[in-house]
Amino acid sequence: MTFTVLDPTDETKPQVRERTPRPESLAGLTVGLLDISKPRGNVFLDQVQNRLEALGATINRYSKPTFSKPAPPDLRHEIATHCDAVIEALAD
Amino acid sequence: METLPDGLVVVVKRDCDTCQMVVPVLKQLLAATHLTIITQDDPTFPAIDDVIHDEDLSRSWHADIETVPTLIRRADGEEVERTVGWSRSQWESLTGTSGLGADLPDQRPGCGSMSVDPDRVDALATRFGSSNLSARHIKFAELEDTFEAMYERGWSDGLPLVPPTPERVMAMLAGTTRSPDDVVVVVPPNLVEATVEKVAINAVMAGCKPDYLPVVLASLEAICNDDFNMHGVLATTMGVGPILIINGPIRRELDMNSGMNVLGQGNRANATIGRAVQLCVRNLGGGRPGEIDRSTHGNPGKIGLCFAEDEEGSPWTSLAEDLGFPRGTNTVTAFCGEGPRIIFDQISRTPESLTASIAQTMLGNVHPRIIGMDTVLVLCPEHMARFSQAGWDRARFMTELRGHLDLEVDTILRGTDNIGEGIPAGLGLEGSILPKFPEGGILVVHAGGTAGLFSSVIGGWVSGPMGSVPVTKEIIR
Repeated sequence: MTFTVLDPTDETKPQVRERTPRPESLAGLTVGLLDISKPRGNVFLDQVQNRLEALGATINRYSKPTFSKPAPPDLRHEIATHCDAVIEALAD
Repeated sequence: METLPDGLVVVVKRDCDTCQMVVPVLKQLLAATHLTIITQDDPTFPAIDDVIHDEDLSRSWHADIETVPTLIRRADGEEVERTVGWSRSQWESLTGTSGLGADLPDQRPGCGSMSVDPDRVDALATRFGSSNLSARHIKFAELEDTFEAMYERGWSDGLPLVPPTPERVMAMLAGTTRSPDDVVVVVPPNLVEATVEKVAINAVMAGCKPDYLPVVLASLEAICNDDFNMHGVLATTMGVGPILIINGPIRRELDMNSGMNVLGQGNRANATIGRAVQLCVRNLGGGRPGEIDRSTHGNPGKIGLCFAEDEEGSPWTSLAEDLGFPRGTNTVTAFCGEGPRIIFDQISRTPESLTASIAQTMLGNVHPRIIGMDTVLVLCPEHMARFSQAGWDRARFMTELRGHLDLEVDTILRGTDNIGEGIPAGLGLEGSILPKFPEGGILVVHAGGTAGLFSSVIGGWVSGPMGSVPVTKEIIR
């Protein structure tokens, strides 16, 4: 005698996607730096930018309108279109 | 599904005196015309050949039989008319036969059909009516502990769950007029469409009664939108969660608590509505602590915090009225807040003193130097009496309260008194005065036991479009 319940979850399975291969070198690549708009995130990203530019990367800076909400789809698309890699910064 | 045949059909059971009384009439009709007799409980009743035993009650259920005897006339596959109980005139009219049951009284009411027996109706609804449910059926083995199995699947907030059997979910769905496949909201963070059925399953697990379901549905509508920003409420490291405040007659209909221990344990509706909403966020949206829920401390209200305003005991307009809803409207107001903290004032006897006293406590919300977050003030009846006795209405109180909630920026600048936290210098705010709470950012509710000089205040999170805006939704059954 089995006992039956109904599934309370969304029943969806996460879509598995291959990660973009890790680049051998950042030289010549474009790296996006996404500031989530927490205080002092820019200070941290300024340092990251200096280090990455020394490795030959080109830097694009982006910021979310507010740290409290997900990045808008258009911003995510822009980063994906223009960058080879992205670093998202959280700071306080 | 078995449909009833054309012609005359009667549904009876032995355990009904009226059914037993009309047996001679059935024999009279059988002699004159064709009659299909369906018996619910005993295949040997009535003692007539060719009685159909509706053993699984499927015929009765599908034909919506509520009373026995029910006499039906059908033609061309459709029901033409029916009569319930015994009424000579109606039976004669329906059958086109005169002189029925000459020895019987003119009329006699029938008995309840077995298909609407409260002990059976949920199971019947599941067996014959659950084809419109689409959730996956999960079977637990006989030797498996159902409660442990549900824990292992990660469905629980830590407390035991009521197993969401098809019978219980069907019963829960009777609490709303909405279709099970209606999409209620898109639940963050995974942006999953939540159907009425899925919400009902989680409401069962939380311990809700079916009557609570419309409140759960409206609460989800209140939190799953860009204004309330449930995604951000989960993701923030600040220990806030959705707090639900109920207004309108539904509070009484659901026996909600707006009195003693209003923010505490002990009332089923208060405890389970908030819990059901949080279980939906967990199980449908995927908002789990340690994953998208990044809260540093959380707070006990994140199990679910829902309470009702004491409107009857308040001399003021209710929270919902203050937010523009006509009195008598059932509403839920969702507020993103931390745990309640007590405002202790047993000495103030004038409204002026008490207002200043309450304000002084509220200035400490979140941090004495942090401004711009919303708040909920829960005024207890004995504190409210100070204002009502002095003739203060809500508007007067708010004006007086706000007068005590302005801060001199110079006293809360970062670094003053060797405290790093505060308003940053260099914004040009030095020398100015700023309000602790934004305009419209103080929600006042009347609730609590009639004895005790303790109000409560609930601090909010980032206010406005940058964070979370309180959202009120009408509760629709």
